[in-house]
Amino acid sequence: MPGTGRAPIVEARAVHKHFGHLHVLKGVDLVVAEKELVFLIGPSGSGKSTLLRCLNRLEDPSSGSVTVDGIDMLDTRTDINKARQRIGMVFQSFNLYPHMTALGNVALALRKVQGLGRAEAEAKASAALDRVHLGDRADHYPLQLSGGQQQRVAIARAIALEPRVMLFDEPTSALDPELVGGVLAVMRELREDGMTMVVVSHEMGFAKAAADRVVFMADGLIVEEGNPGDFFDAPKHERTRNFIRQIERH
Amino acid sequence: MTGWERFTDSFFNARVMAQYLPKIIEGFGLTVVLALCIIAAGLAAGLALALLRAFGIRPLNWLIIFVVDLFRALPPLVIIVLLFFGLPNAGVELSGFVASWLALTLVLMAFSEEIFWAGITSVAKGQWEAARSTGLGFLQTLGYVVLPQALRITIPPLTNRTIAITKGTALASVVAVPDILGAANAGVSFSFNPSPLTLGAIAYLVLFFPVVVLGRWIESRFAWKR
Repeated sequence: MPGTGRAPIVEARAVHKHFGHLHVLKGVDLVVAEKELVFLIGPSGSGKSTLLRCLNRLEDPSSGSVTVDGIDMLDTRTDINKARQRIGMVFQSFNLYPHMTALGNVALALRKVQGLGRAEAEAKASAALDRVHLGDRADHYPLQLSGGQQQRVAIARAIALEPRVMLFDEPTSALDPELVGGVLAVMRELREDGMTMVVVSHEMGFAKAAADRVVFMADGLIVEEGNPGDFFDAPKHERTRNFIRQIERH
Repeated sequence: MTGWERFTDSFFNARVMAQYLPKIIEGFGLTVVLALCIIAAGLAAGLALALLRAFGIRPLNWLIIFVVDLFRALPPLVIIVLLFFGLPNAGVELSGFVASWLALTLVLMAFSEEIFWAGITSVAKGQWEAARSTGLGFLQTLGYVVLPQALRITIPPLTNRTIAITKGTALASVVAVPDILGAANAGVSFSFNPSPLTLGAIAYLVLFFPVVVLGRWIESRFAWKR
């Protein structure tokens, strides 16, 4: 069993999600251990992004339980804004604030959520930008940066808050092929620094090289999971085999 | 008298103009004050309603939408007349200035609420999600992330609408307010010569032309840096 012997950072149990008549998640369990990198894959509409968004409650699960770093995320008494600082999230479309510089994007939550003074927040923000190798782009606005650079600023914005786990929702899907590498390299470095990560992505090469565990979802359920070697070389289920074949044809 | 002489004597009569210029200048001052009061109160009320609407409280939003649609549908002159001639029957006497201010403020509030609201909803959902995911609260996200972007988008339509409605200050002359048009009309009546109207037109140009230019400048000033 993966993650054995280490305390779970993320523990989602029997998570269901309905959107009107659509039953998007049909009872999903996902446990992520400290420093583990879990890769979520599956066809579009399988519910993998919804599951990710249930972890920091950007979506409210219809039922089930979600615990992150010991905090019950679904308890109405939980201070959700406080809890979310421990969960960094990176989006497919970057979602940088266009009216702020790279530094401003990273410093905003440091100042307004963590209450740091301007100087301290900007020092921390600079350090975060250095970690994604964009220290020299601190005063650039998002529209002055390439897609890959924007995504790395978005990663800096999340890691500046020193989260316990990072969620990546298709972080390279909106990027031109030549810009993907830089983002994946930063994610590799994060992993080497011991960050716990849950990644929704179609970058199978990255999954094979960096993931501890691959989870395959279809139709709102987890079909199969395992370490990347077993998963890609000897998938057990027919659906998994079909999916891997389709992906690898590209 | 040739046609051209008749024309200049009617519309550019120097003697009449000189005589009524002081009155027009007084009217100009009054129009400026009235316009500034309308802009300040109307935009503030419109923004407040749009922010209130962002909370998504259903019954409150229905009320906001009803009020906004009401004042967008009624002609401003009808509102002025109702407030000025109607309210005294309910025991509330408003001066012509206050009735005009209130009526045009309500109209600007209604139109600017719709513009602010459109600006707020045009900010991508991902902006909300990114901000909330870093722990920013609803109001912080609205104030630091969404509103600054929404306001930029709203500047062109807001400038146009504000100019259109503040030009409605001319309607105040109907309820005996000596604004630019009121003063000009009075001048025409006393002198039997329309030249004061020409002065009035010039006064409106002097007043609103810089506003239009200022609107353009603000637009370019606040464009995204690329």
